[in-house]
This record gives sequence, structure tokens and C-alpha cells, in this order.
Amino acid sequence: MVITLPSAAEVAATVPDPELPMLTLADLGVLAGVEQQGEAVTVWLTPTYSGCPAVAEMAADVDTRLRKVGYVDVSVRLRLDPPWSTDLITAEGRRKLAEAGIAPPAAEHGVLRLGPTRLAVDCPQCGSADTEELSRFGSTACKALWRCRACREPFERMKEI
Amino acid sequence: MTDDHVYLTLAESDHEAEARWAYGTGFADPLLGVDTALAPDVDGADLSLYCQMLGDDALILSQRLIEWCTRAPELEEEVALANLGLDLLGQARLLLSRAGQADGSGRGEDDFAYWRPEHEFRNVRLVEVANGDFAFSVARLLLFATARGALYELLAGAPDPVLRAVAVRGAKELAYHQEYATAWTLRLGDGTAYSAERMQAGLDAVWPLLDELFTPHEVELRLGVDPTALREPVLAALAEVITEARLTVPTALPLARIGGRAGRDGVHTEALGPLLAEFQSVAREHPGATW
Repeated sequence: MVITLPSAAEVAATVPDPELPMLTLADLGVLAGVEQQGEAVTVWLTPTYSGCPAVAEMAADVDTRLRKVGYVDVSVRLRLDPPWSTDLITAEGRRKLAEAGIAPPAAEHGVLRLGPTRLAVDCPQCGSADTEELSRFGSTACKALWRCRACREPFERMKEI
Repeated sequence: MTDDHVYLTLAESDHEAEARWAYGTGFADPLLGVDTALAPDVDGADLSLYCQMLGDDALILSQRLIEWCTRAPELEEEVALANLGLDLLGQARLLLSRAGQADGSGRGEDDFAYWRPEHEFRNVRLVEVANGDFAFSVARLLLFATARGALYELLAGAPDPVLRAVAVRGAKELAYHQEYATAWTLRLGDGTAYSAERMQAGLDAVWPLLDELFTPHEVELRLGVDPTALREPVLAALAEVITEARLTVPTALPLARIGGRAGRDGVHTEALGPLLAEFQSVAREHPGATW
């Protein structure tokens, strides 16, 4: 009997991000490529922030998921160039972030040199644009803390990079 | 949903990749599977030393930043400073790992971080001096982030792929650090008379340490990187912030070199020794320990 393994690319695309489990690594733009030669699989990941400690978990999760469906020869490698950017988050990923109460990053951004941030960020709970930044940093390297003045709910926002 | 939870996945997994991020836990190589070949015209020893210079800058400043944990004026600032330190630590890990590949020694990031003596650290003196008050730390961060961001933009054209990758992503991270330091410089400088006095004192105190970032080392020059080109744009950017904060651009002269040598040559201030003694203590107390 011949057992056909599911496509490695499809399996890898279902692996969730360890810190944002509502998104897959593919949604997040971290899954940089999957190469399959027979039963040997190489998966390329592009880490988010330089210091993101989730990279090891991501690699382990991909490895585990592929082995569970039957792949034995699995290798996970990092690709640093071109670097990850929030622009790589897919439209589906942005939708899932907002659905989970995390304001997605703006699609295009510039670097501000002076003065406080003047980004237009909509509240992921009520949609109001009347929001303010509480802290430029949050629970993980990729998020900032915001608050909605309309519904008074605090929320997280993914920083542009 | 079990498999979708990171901690459960780790607890269940039976492969070797379940390392935590701490000394002695076998945390994954930050250059796992990255192509490590050297460009044909790049000298491995020079590239290694340059990666140590930039990696040590990031490592030591990261250590200074995390010293603010439990001591920052507000919880939000503590989180912020730790986040900045984490970015720098990530850059240091990549650069020091690259250093060990480039010189063919096979040394890993831990070998560089924990097992080199003080005179082998190549960081500029700006990053090692003690934290001082919050304004001093903000001033130091403003100078470092502005200059390092500019250098990383320059290195986006570096011949080494790893250095280039660190620089391209690092430039974005440093821009965020610069924004943070700028926001605090404005807030303190343009705040009360007392906060302005403290901010000015912070800038005056770090200013003599700025010049070292623009003083080329022979290793950099051989790699085609000339930091003197950064002096003018960085000084202009700093002056813009300082003036906007209603403060005075310091005019203090650069801190003297010792026999023509400074941080890049392994000659440091008295502040580095105690920092390293604490930072390296666990690794040296328990060599080769794993848990």
C-alpha cells in the first residue's frame, strides 16, 4: 500500500505563530519557503524582530507538525535576507489580527523624527478612530499598547517595522 | 487546539529543538541554516572583528538597558527599555555568531559573550558607562540610536550577507529606539526647569563619548566602511532634536584616547569590568552547565 503524505507546503502553512496563535506563520509572512524533494522537506523561516525569542518555538512547531503527518527528513532553516517586515502580513492575517482585538499595522509607514506619534489607528473593538497610544511597547517585541477613548477599551496594536 | 498552544507543544515535543532562551539551555543558533559563505573579497578575520565591534556595542548597551528593570520611573518605561534591550540583544546574537563563523574559529555567541576577558571586548565606551539617572540613559540612547541607525543604513550595502541582513532590519529597529529617545528628550527638555536641567546634564555627560562612533578603526576601513561619513548627518539630526527640546547642543571635547587607543581596541573605562563580572558570573561559576 502506498501512503501519500499531505503536501509539506500545505502542512507548514497551517502552523500557528506561538505568540499570535490566531495567525499562521504563513499569515504572518514568516514562512519564507518550503522545498520538497521526495520525502525530504526544507522549510525556510524569516524571523520577525532581531531579538524575537519565538523563533526557536516556530522552528520546533514546524518540525513537530511535519513529523506528525509522517515526514521523517525535516530541516528548518532561517532566511534573514530579505528581512521580515509587517508589510509581509497577508490581508487574511490583518483580518485575523483585528478579529482578535489587535489593531493591525498600517500598510505603509514613515519614520517620525520629532514629536509624538500621529498615526490614525482604529479601535479593533468599536471601530472608532478616537484612540491614543499608552506605551510604544507591549507584551511582546512586536506590539504597542493603545486605548480607545470612545469605548474605553485598551487594546494592543502591532507596530510597523 | 492543544497543538496550537506553544507551551503545550513544547511540553509534548520529543525532538531536540525545545530549548529555552537562557544560558546553558542549548538555545537555537540564531544563524540556523543561513548560508555562511564569505564574499570573495572579504577578509574573514577583519569581518569577525568588525562583527565583534558592532555585536559588543549591542550586547553591552542591551545589558545597561535591562538594568532599568525594577528601577524605571514607570512600569511602561521598564517594558520599553527591556524591549529596546531585546532588539539589541538579538542583533548582538547574530553579529557574534557571525564573528565565530567568519574567523573560522567556530566560536559561538556564548563563547564571545561569556568567555572573553575585558580587553577583548570591542565596544565603544559610550555603551559601557554606568546608567546614571533616567535623563542620562535617555541621552545615551539618543546618541547611540541616531548614530547606529545611520551606520546600519550605510551597511545595507555591505558585502557580507549576514551583516547586511542585520543592518537592514536593525535600521528599522534603531529608528524606533531613536523615536523613543527623541520623545523623552523633548518631554524632559521642554518640561519643567528641573527636568530640563537634568536632561541637559545628561546630554553634557554623554557628549564626550560620541566622537568614538565616528572614529574609524583600521578594520572598518579595510572592509570599506568609513564612519567619519556619519559625523555630519548624525550631528545635524541630534542638533535638531536638542534644539526642538529647548536645550543646548553640548560643545564638550571628546574623551581622550589612551595611547591612541579606545573601546574598539579593547581599552575601556572602569565601568566595563564590574558589568562583565556580573554578566559573566553564572557562565563562569558553572562552566558548561545545562538545564
